[in-house]
Amino acid sequence: MRRVAVVGLGHTKFCFNSPLTEVEMLAEAAMDAINEPNIKPKDIQAAFIGNVLGDFSEGQGMVQSYFINDIGCDQIPASRLEGACASATMAIRDAYMWVASGYYDIVLAGGTERATAMGVPLATRTFAMFGDSRYEYPAGFTFPAAFGLLAHLYSDRYGIPLEKLKEQMAAVSVQSHFYGMKNPNAQFHQEITVDDVLSSPMICSPLQLHDCCPFSDGAAAVVLASEEIAKKLVDKPVYIIGIGQASSPNLARQRKYLPRLRARELAAEQSYRMAGLKPKDIDVCELHDCFSIASLIAAESLGFFEFGTAGNAWEKGETRIGGKIPINISGGLKAKGHPIGATGASQVCEIARQLRGQMVDEGRQVEGAKVGMVDTLGGDGVILNLILSVE
Amino acid sequence: MEYKLPFKDYNKALKKNQLMGLKCNNCEAITCPPMMVCSECASTDLSIIELSGKGKIVTFTTTYVAPEGRQNEVPYTIVIVELDEGPWIMGNLIDIDPGKVGMELIGKRVKMGNRVFPGDKYSAGSAARPVFSFI
Repeated sequence: MRRVAVVGLGHTKFCFNSPLTEVEMLAEAAMDAINEPNIKPKDIQAAFIGNVLGDFSEGQGMVQSYFINDIGCDQIPASRLEGACASATMAIRDAYMWVASGYYDIVLAGGTERATAMGVPLATRTFAMFGDSRYEYPAGFTFPAAFGLLAHLYSDRYGIPLEKLKEQMAAVSVQSHFYGMKNPNAQFHQEITVDDVLSSPMICSPLQLHDCCPFSDGAAAVVLASEEIAKKLVDKPVYIIGIGQASSPNLARQRKYLPRLRARELAAEQSYRMAGLKPKDIDVCELHDCFSIASLIAAESLGFFEFGTAGNAWEKGETRIGGKIPINISGGLKAKGHPIGATGASQVCEIARQLRGQMVDEGRQVEGAKVGMVDTLGGDGVILNLILSVE
Repeated sequence: MEYKLPFKDYNKALKKNQLMGLKCNNCEAITCPPMMVCSECASTDLSIIELSGKGKIVTFTTTYVAPEGRQNEVPYTIVIVELDEGPWIMGNLIDIDPGKVGMELIGKRVKMGNRVFPGDKYSAGSAARPVFSFI
């Protein structure tokens, strides 16, 4: 296996009501990723693309082929990967494997989504397709419902009174909006307070509107290259040094392990083991905060905090720049936005820019960050982790 | 290899308020809803059994934002119930005011009935779900 580096990054602004199609958004992000290391589309040997709901939002399946044609990559192999909200991370992991194996030298990976074109009722329906259609959807199961169930279970399991837990969860959203203000690509540029969160409309108890990420449009892409080529192309390659992926059954089937998600613990363990690192070695993390409670569960499973204590960490600022482990300095899914097919690629772009030291002008650089972690959850059923390093 | 208890059969029984599952002849664990193999040990040596449908609520949420086609159902309460036989299953809680339920639900004993989701243009037909009420 060869070492593989991220050598180019592209990221559209995340927004509501994109005037561009999924293919166009992805093409814009991809051209930026290709131009950064000064290569040409014809240098790309294969593409791995996350896209979840194009079939519903645009009546467009198989975006990867039209996309490849749009950017002038001449009929190269292009694959679409679907792992709900983790699709782009899945695409990057697969792209990594193809380069690490020696089969390809330079590939493109990314994702695109235009969920807001569906409107809220259809978007809620189609997102719910990533739960169990036989044993969950008949009860009206949706993803805010999944994390509403987990929030009450978390409160009960760790003995944190719901009112206290809700304040901790609100602190997550407040922090995300604070950093989202500084991210020019973020969907929201608006600070919020704990009171704003606690007075927002109820969605799925105990989750209120500001506990939930938005529906979003956007795309992100990365160019991956073998170490040998990466060193020729760029001054500061960002290496992928750990990868992990694991699957889960539907929520109820996970039983007593809940509110912990075993798939995340397995995926994280795989990536830590491969990188030869421990949670304390991670300098910055982008994790899957689809809902405020999801951040607490993720940060604990990744090993940053003891179980039942992550909310306290957010309240004390341990997850901000200067804290124990800066988390979601992009604004996270909550403020940056969550175009589901693109999210994992967006997280990788964010971590790579942190490791390159390119966030200074935006006032959100984690000083001296050398190792970063990406965490992405898809539906009931899949979690991926990536560890990136400049060394 | 054939499914011992496919969704079609499980669903048909659930519509008659019968909760069917699989008992493992290797490790004795109960799998419900059914799978191809035992949820504990992956054995395929399974027998079909009927479960009591009784258990206790382990968690809940009340939903106010519905998917397309189900707006007339809100607000509704989803619960996960730990059955007396061990498995956890998802369903709805009825005979309550969904807007007024809180943490006091956790641990409450419930029994099972069913309601049928008639399906929509995205689903392959109708599907029953367990509905629970206090014992």
